Amino acid sequence: MMESYDVIVIGGGPAGLAAAVKAKELGLETLLLDENEFLGGILPQCIHPGFGIHYFKEELTGPEFAHLFIEKIKDVGVKYQTSAYVLNIENYSDLEKKIVFSSPRGIKEVWTKTVIYAAGAREKHAFEIGIVGDRVAGIYTAGEAQTLMDIYGIMPGKEIVIVGSGDVGLIMARRFALEGAKVKAVIELMPYPGGLARNVMILRDFNIPLYLSHKVVEVRGKARVEKIKVVKVDENFKEIPKSEFWINADTLLISAGLMPNVRLLQRIGVKIDPSTGGPIVNELLETTVPGIFVAGNALLINDLVDYVAEQGEIAAFGAKEFIENEGIPSKKWIKLENGQNIRLLAPHYLSGERDVYVYARVSAPMENVKIVFPEIKKKLRSPMVRPAEMLRIRLKAEEIRSAEKKITMEVIPQ
Amino acid sequence: MKRVKVAIIGAGIIGASIARVLSRYDNLEVHLIEKNSDVGWGVTKANTALIHGGYDDDPKKFPLRAKLCIQGNRIWHQWVKELEIPHIWNGALIVALTEDDFDELETLLERGIKNGVPEMRIVDKEEALSLEPGLNPKALGGLWIPIVGQIGPIPAVVAMVENAVSNGVKLHLETEVKGIKLENGEVKGIETNNGLINADIVINAAGLYADEISKMVGIDYFEIHPRKGEYWIFDDDVPGPRRVLFPTPTPISKGVVVTTEISGHLMIGPNAQDLPKEEKENLATTREGLNEVWEKAKKIWPNLPPKSKVIRTFAGLRPEPTGGDFIIKAEEEVYGFINVAGIRSPGLTSAPAIAYEVKEIIERDLGIALTEKYHWNPYRRDITHFFMLPREEANRLIATNHSYGKIVCKCNKVSEGDILEAIERMKFIGVKTPSIDSVKVRTKATSGTCQGTFCKVRIVQILAREYKVEPWKVTLKGKGSEIGVGDVKVLLRRTHDGEL
Repeated sequence: MMESYDVIVIGGGPAGLAAAVKAKELGLETLLLDENEFLGGILPQCIHPGFGIHYFKEELTGPEFAHLFIEKIKDVGVKYQTSAYVLNIENYSDLEKKIVFSSPRGIKEVWTKTVIYAAGAREKHAFEIGIVGDRVAGIYTAGEAQTLMDIYGIMPGKEIVIVGSGDVGLIMARRFALEGAKVKAVIELMPYPGGLARNVMILRDFNIPLYLSHKVVEVRGKARVEKIKVVKVDENFKEIPKSEFWINADTLLISAGLMPNVRLLQRIGVKIDPSTGGPIVNELLETTVPGIFVAGNALLINDLVDYVAEQGEIAAFGAKEFIENEGIPSKKWIKLENGQNIRLLAPHYLSGERDVYVYARVSAPMENVKIVFPEIKKKLRSPMVRPAEMLRIRLKAEEIRSAEKKITMEVIPQ
Repeated sequence: MKRVKVAIIGAGIIGASIARVLSRYDNLEVHLIEKNSDVGWGVTKANTALIHGGYDDDPKKFPLRAKLCIQGNRIWHQWVKELEIPHIWNGALIVALTEDDFDELETLLERGIKNGVPEMRIVDKEEALSLEPGLNPKALGGLWIPIVGQIGPIPAVVAMVENAVSNGVKLHLETEVKGIKLENGEVKGIETNNGLINADIVINAAGLYADEISKMVGIDYFEIHPRKGEYWIFDDDVPGPRRVLFPTPTPISKGVVVTTEISGHLMIGPNAQDLPKEEKENLATTREGLNEVWEKAKKIWPNLPPKSKVIRTFAGLRPEPTGGDFIIKAEEEVYGFINVAGIRSPGLTSAPAIAYEVKEIIERDLGIALTEKYHWNPYRRDITHFFMLPREEANRLIATNHSYGKIVCKCNKVSEGDILEAIERMKFIGVKTPSIDSVKVRTKATSGTCQGTFCKVRIVQILAREYKVEPWKVTLKGKGSEIGVGDVKVLLRRTHDGEL
């Protein structure tokens, strides 16, 4: 007899851990698979504080947050396996999936009723953002440098230029400065910084110059990075002639954003939303393939780990609903669409059976705004919205039910 | 029996091919000399990877190129099997976009027939589009050359060197030639940074530097200048052509190729930019060059993916010799010195034929009778590639060695077991400096969608453990490209203690 489960969770980061704990607490037979040698996903490399304020009601570091969750996994008795790399998800039917994975114990097949896919994201690298020049040592993504320094204790370089002012880039700017390296500049393409306000403060704390509306275009060096060419851009991101200058540095850190890691899902025909880069999902985070749920950065790129964990729990609840009803019951699905100044959102389909959290990001920063859902006559005030900070709005079941076919979300001036 | 000492300068595709062919002879002691820390890292590394058809070169203007290309194509069919080199024989289509293009294709067809190329023919629009449905629908037809193929150029060098070393060739890595010792007009040895290597025969296969090596013995009738070509590689979920697609060539270039390379990635390139003689290390990509490649590729393959699907861009240098033809000869003024210089395109294709040509030169022009070894091993087994194994076989392997079940490179499904085998092979040929690129070319780890952002760090750990060095001393591609400057506290210690 082949092993069989109610839920197989793919990915042992915060989304997967939360999903597995919740699924087990809901009484579902659960197996968690993670391809790394240890659980926690990227949390163990995030040694800075700022984790778990909502979830654990205290400020923790990444390893602390991961530790608490791993304890929980053991307490509730979730089965898990590390060094387990999922080779394939086979969609046998809407009620059964087969997971094929490789591990030091061999290639195994297990059956499951549902899958919660929580495989996180990957970072954009230098080639994807069009940097030309020499392919030399000293070019790292921010997360890669973080792994090097905070898991393996390796110092990558001495003089650093960072591309992108997103959270990982800013946190790594501080990390490098604290280790005695010289952070020579942070280069941001947009006219505003990309990270959370608390992380942008780091630049002032450590006297690190921030170049807004600039981009890195070229790297030169013999065996290792020696100099980096920067150019100013106008409001349409067009390079301004003769604005280029060189910065001498031995290390270039790329913090150009994350991409949901959805290759396995695409292979079985899960529909992807081009604006999030993650799957199209309903309110229980079920993808377009019945029985396959998604949570965390594989769904959309989050700014707070608490939201990631929350999505894991929603997916676990979804798996239970699915198993009990042989599918997610709904009279109708109402589509949630992006309107003015909404760059991306999830979930995409709402049933009106239950209250729902909508996660969304704006395209551009704005002050004194209204967040509006015109079809259901819902209005919320906000002093400020920024692309770096995810909006998380609760829609009530009866509000959702009051819509005919669709609900639009927009951000407009007050 | 007195053995003749042969030193080959350059462990690229040419030097490695020659080493393999010469390893067959009992009365030769073969030394292969390479300045880089691994083999195949010069001209060979950035190559379009094509086994050409042999129709390009006019035998009147470039007799060696015309002869050796088709010969090389035929020999590769045997060598890829003996040495387990990754390859695909998928044919090429030279695309005609205007009626005038057919005149050039007719010329190529005639020339191909003269050079002895089988199976070529002109195809009409309908057949061209059925051979390659993604082709520009405005294409009018083309020239179909079914004997064209693709191989992995560095895996080929690695395979040949492993085979040569197992047959007794001595590889000297990180060994730079400083001079050539002559006595009475005869070669006596090679001066290197690691001392003198005695030699009766010196074979100059130094790629871009062949002119400088030749000058060391006073022979300076040719110069090598670098011709740069730039390339784009896309993610492996981007659909590419099944055939190798060429535009109709111009007198100076075969043009920008659109192909799905053997790992399944759509690749476009190269352009051709002549650089000054001094810029033999200029491997930088440029915006202008990459844009040129993009625009040219689009003409035959209109469905280029969005730029976000790019996983790598790179540049390579072809060694362009004075006169344009390969220079393969025993120099009469210096007994024992053989130039194998100016091996530009189709050098990869011609490599095995060039190697046999050199063997003949040794017999015919240097008058050395070669005796075959009784036990020469023509075979070399490739390392395990987890991603290619059938499930039962993978399970058998994992049962005997758990490291095969641990996936290190997620994009390309490369296991720790694969990497350990690669390291064992690196040590077998004598790679002293551990580098990520040495593992990459042998296993494909780090060459996928994420370009190693997940797995490079793991590979560093494995290399550090197996080579018994500090992890930050592991290099990306040889000395000077170390992945770190020390442990995380190194800079603080230096500041406080006043060191450095």
